[in-house]
Amino acid sequence: MAKSKVVSVDAAMEKVHDGQTVLIPGFVNVGVPETLIKGMVAKDVKNVNVISNNTSVKGRGIGLLVHDRRIKHITCSHIGSNTETVEQVVAGELDVTFVPQGTLCERVRAGGAGIGGILTPTGLGTPIAEGKPVINVDGKDFLLEKPLHGDVALIHAWKADKMGNAVYHRTARNFNQIFATAADWVIVEAETIVEVGELDPDLIMTPGALVDMVVQAEKGE
Amino acid sequence: MANITGRDLIAYRTARFFEDGDLVNLGIGMPTKCLEFLPEGIDVWVDTENGAIGLAGSPADGEWTDPDVVDAAGAVSKLRTGGCCFDSFTSFGYIRGGHVAVSVLGAYEVDQEGNLANWMVPGTTAAGMGGAMDLVAGARKVIIMTEHCDKKGAPKILKKCTLPLTAANEVDYIVSELCVLHRTDAGLVLEEIAPGTTVEEVVSKTDADLIIPATVGTMI
Repeated sequence: MAKSKVVSVDAAMEKVHDGQTVLIPGFVNVGVPETLIKGMVAKDVKNVNVISNNTSVKGRGIGLLVHDRRIKHITCSHIGSNTETVEQVVAGELDVTFVPQGTLCERVRAGGAGIGGILTPTGLGTPIAEGKPVINVDGKDFLLEKPLHGDVALIHAWKADKMGNAVYHRTARNFNQIFATAADWVIVEAETIVEVGELDPDLIMTPGALVDMVVQAEKGE
Repeated sequence: MANITGRDLIAYRTARFFEDGDLVNLGIGMPTKCLEFLPEGIDVWVDTENGAIGLAGSPADGEWTDPDVVDAAGAVSKLRTGGCCFDSFTSFGYIRGGHVAVSVLGAYEVDQEGNLANWMVPGTTAAGMGGAMDLVAGARKVIIMTEHCDKKGAPKILKKCTLPLTAANEVDYIVSELCVLHRTDAGLVLEEIAPGTTVEEVVSKTDADLIIPATVGTMI
């Protein structure tokens, strides 16, 4: 009998602490683990390093962490969808490192797959290449980009079973599937939680074996 | 179509680079306008970097669509029959891997070496490059849609970009309301001009050195 990993948001937050590196997926405000983010706000978690693609929109998702100034540093590809993030970066109040979106995917994948880095043509000849080794493979140049890894990953699934096997929905899958591989502790919030055995094994996108906790997502996200 | 001008002309001409069945990625803004001008008999599959192939535009007023299907701007979009969704890693894998036939983007500056600058102006706050660097580095054909000059009338097509680059030596074609430029190993070739303009006008509004063939075509 598979053991249930379903816990309350408060119980999940016992694994989320000040100063951690937190992987938070989502594209603009789709596929963002907002229930868990609200849990971080409720616990008053501060000073975190966030790895994400962007910062949602003002007042939603990762924007809640931005608004409360809970983020010490953010690694992402874009902040333009959230005016509040832009304002804080302009004012020098939020430290940001931009990473090309495809490179972000590969760096996190490397972090989850035990690979010491990736070689990509993306960013050659641009400011992104500054200070990074260029490696020539069979006559073609590539940038060496190092892995990214988190203390905790907060994941938003469409459906999960009680042991954490997860399925994502449409473009809300985005970074969820990769980010779930690259943290020491993986918490999945799911719109619907089903019994173990109800999901088709061939259609499971994140194996429950990689997931540490399952939380019921709030309705209407 | 003889009276088509401006941004419509840019979109009309850019859409004529598409071949039937192409997987195309259209940047936010003017590039999406290409879909309004697809030639008869040409059907393309629209890729979106956030993880779908087969986007089919915005829903009509009151039309239900799945809120989990969004385009690269985060706006809800329709997904056509036969479309599919996948994760960001898969998305950028095929973008970088040369599986996208055409990537169409805008520019702050573009130059005769095929360099593109479209993500950052020093002294202002950059919003970030998003997926642009991967798209330009990875797509089989990169087309820049741009107004020929900026709002102050200064050329945007330069000998050398002055702004931080999005990618180096990756641009294949530049389409403006005045002309089509093809970046070759020899330099930028003026292949076509818009109706109502002249080669002299294009040259006078372009900072880059242009190669002028014996015969220059027209954009329509």
